[in-house]
Amino acid sequence: MKYLLIMQVNPAVLEALTEEEHKLIGDGHAELMKAIQDSGEFILTQALADPANSKVVRGGATPAVTDGPFLEAKEFMGGFYLIDVESDERAVEIAKLIPDTKIKGLAIEIRPVMFSAGADL
Amino acid sequence: MSREIEDLLRRLAPRVLGTLVRRHGQFDACEDAVQEALLAASVQWPAEGVPREPAGWLVTVAGRRLTDQWRSEAARRQREVAVSVEPPPEEDLTKHVDDTLKLLFLCCHPELSPPSQVALTLRAVGGLTTAEIASAFLVPESTMAQRISRSKQKIKGHGFPEGPERLPAVLHVLYLIFNEGYNTTSGPDLQRVELTEEAIRLTREVHALMPADGEVAGLLALMLLTDARRATRTGPDGALVPLEEQDRTRWDRARIAEGVALVSRTLAESPPGPYQLQAAIAAVHDEAPSTEATDWRQILVLYTILDRMSPNPMVTLNRAIATAMVQGPHAGLDLLASLDEDKRMAGHYRLDAVRAHLLDLAGEHEQAREHYRKAAKRTFSLPEREYLLRKTSG
Repeated sequence: MKYLLIMQVNPAVLEALTEEEHKLIGDGHAELMKAIQDSGEFILTQALADPANSKVVRGGATPAVTDGPFLEAKEFMGGFYLIDVESDERAVEIAKLIPDTKIKGLAIEIRPVMFSAGADL
Repeated sequence: MSREIEDLLRRLAPRVLGTLVRRHGQFDACEDAVQEALLAASVQWPAEGVPREPAGWLVTVAGRRLTDQWRSEAARRQREVAVSVEPPPEEDLTKHVDDTLKLLFLCCHPELSPPSQVALTLRAVGGLTTAEIASAFLVPESTMAQRISRSKQKIKGHGFPEGPERLPAVLHVLYLIFNEGYNTTSGPDLQRVELTEEAIRLTREVHALMPADGEVAGLLALMLLTDARRATRTGPDGALVPLEEQDRTRWDRARIAEGVALVSRTLAESPPGPYQLQAAIAAVHDEAPSTEATDWRQILVLYTILDRMSPNPMVTLNRAIATAMVQGPHAGLDLLASLDEDKRMAGHYRLDAVRAHLLDLAGEHEQAREHYRKAAKRTFSLPEREYLLRKTSG
C-alpha cells in the first residue's frame, strides 16, 4: 500500500523554532530517510518552498492567476514522503518518526494513494 | 528475447539456485550469481542458441561468478582461499524437486514481512528481475532492490528450512501475488509482468511437487476459476463490470474445466480447507449461466462452512450476499448488521457497498444511494470508486 505522509506546516510555528529545534528536525529527517530507504519502503520525498512563493490558478471560464497562497489557509503542505508499506499501522509508525511530530503546532497527515503513474514506475 | 527462452529461464531459475545453495550455502551470494547468469543467458542464448544442457550452463556460469566474487574478496583481504571450480555433477540438478519447495519455504521466512516475502519469492523462485518486480508493483526499481537486498540480509544465516510447516505462508504469498495481479486494473501494458500468470505458474509447480495436498490444489483451482473471468471483469474503458453483468460467453472455458476438475477431485480426497471451499464457490459461479440461475443455496452452504472454519468479516460479508439471494434481502441485511461492531470492518468500503447492493434489492433505492456514496468515498481503488459513483446516480 502506498501512502503520502503530508507534512502540514504553519509558517508562524516554523518562524518561532529555536536553533535546537531546527537541528532536531534536520537530524530527524536524515535518520528517518536512512531507515526507510534501508527497509525498501521509501519512494520519494520533497520539501516545498514557503507558501509565500506560491501562485494560485483559480478555476472558471477564464482561469485567474494570483500571487500568494490560499488566503483562507493557516496550515500549508510543507512537504511530503511517499512510502510503500505493508499496512496502515506501519504508515502511522513511520509518520511518528517524522521529527515534526515532536513540535507542537506541526502535524502529519497520512493519506492512502489511489492511483500511481510516473517516470520511474 | 523470445518467449520460449524467457519461459525456460524462469523455469530453470529455482533449480539452478537450489543447486548452488545446496553446494555452497550463502543464499544471498548465490541468488545474486544466479541473476547474473540469467542475464548472461538472456543476452547469449538468443544470439548463439540454447546450449544442450541449459541448466548445467547456468550452474557453471553462476558458479563462476560466485568464485570470482569470493576470489576478489579474498584478494582484498590479501588471503589465500582455495576455491574449486568443478563442472556440476548432473545428479545435483535432478534434486531440483525438493529445492524449489525449500527455496519457497526460505523466501517465506516468518521474519520477513509479506511484501518482502512476495518480492523475494518472485525473484528467487520466479526468476524475475528486480526491474520487472518493481514495475509490477509500481514502485521505483531502487525501492524494490533495497527491499530484496534487505530481505536477503535478514535470512542470510539461515540454511534451507526442514519440514513443510511453512506451507501456509507459501500459499498465502502465492495468493497475494495473484491478487495483486488480479486487482490492478491499469490498462494493458506489455512491459508489465502478468502477476496472475506468474502466481498460477508457481502454484502449478507446487501442486506438481505436492499433488496430495488438498489446499495446494484448492489454491490452484481458486486461481484458475477466478482468472477465467478476468477478461470480462473490466469494460473497454477500464471500468469495473460486476459479476451479474459480465458476458459469461467470454469466460475462459478451458480454465474453468481445469479448475472444476481439480476442486472436485481434491474435495473428494482430502478434508476441505479454506482455499478448497473458496474454489468450490468460484466453481458454482463459473458453471452458472446467469446470476439468477446460480445455485445460491449451494454457495450459502459453502460460505457457512467457510465462516465456521475460518471466521473472518470478509467471509461474513459474502455470506450475507448469499443469504440475501436465498432468503431475501432483509435476511442479508440483518446479517450485515452483525458486522457493524466489528473493528476489523470499521470504515471498510465493502461493508457499505454490500449494504447498498442489498438495499437496492430490497427496493430501498434512496438509502442504497447513500451507502454507495459512503463506499465511493472510502475505497482506495479508482475504477471501484467510479463504479460506485455511477451507482449513486443510477
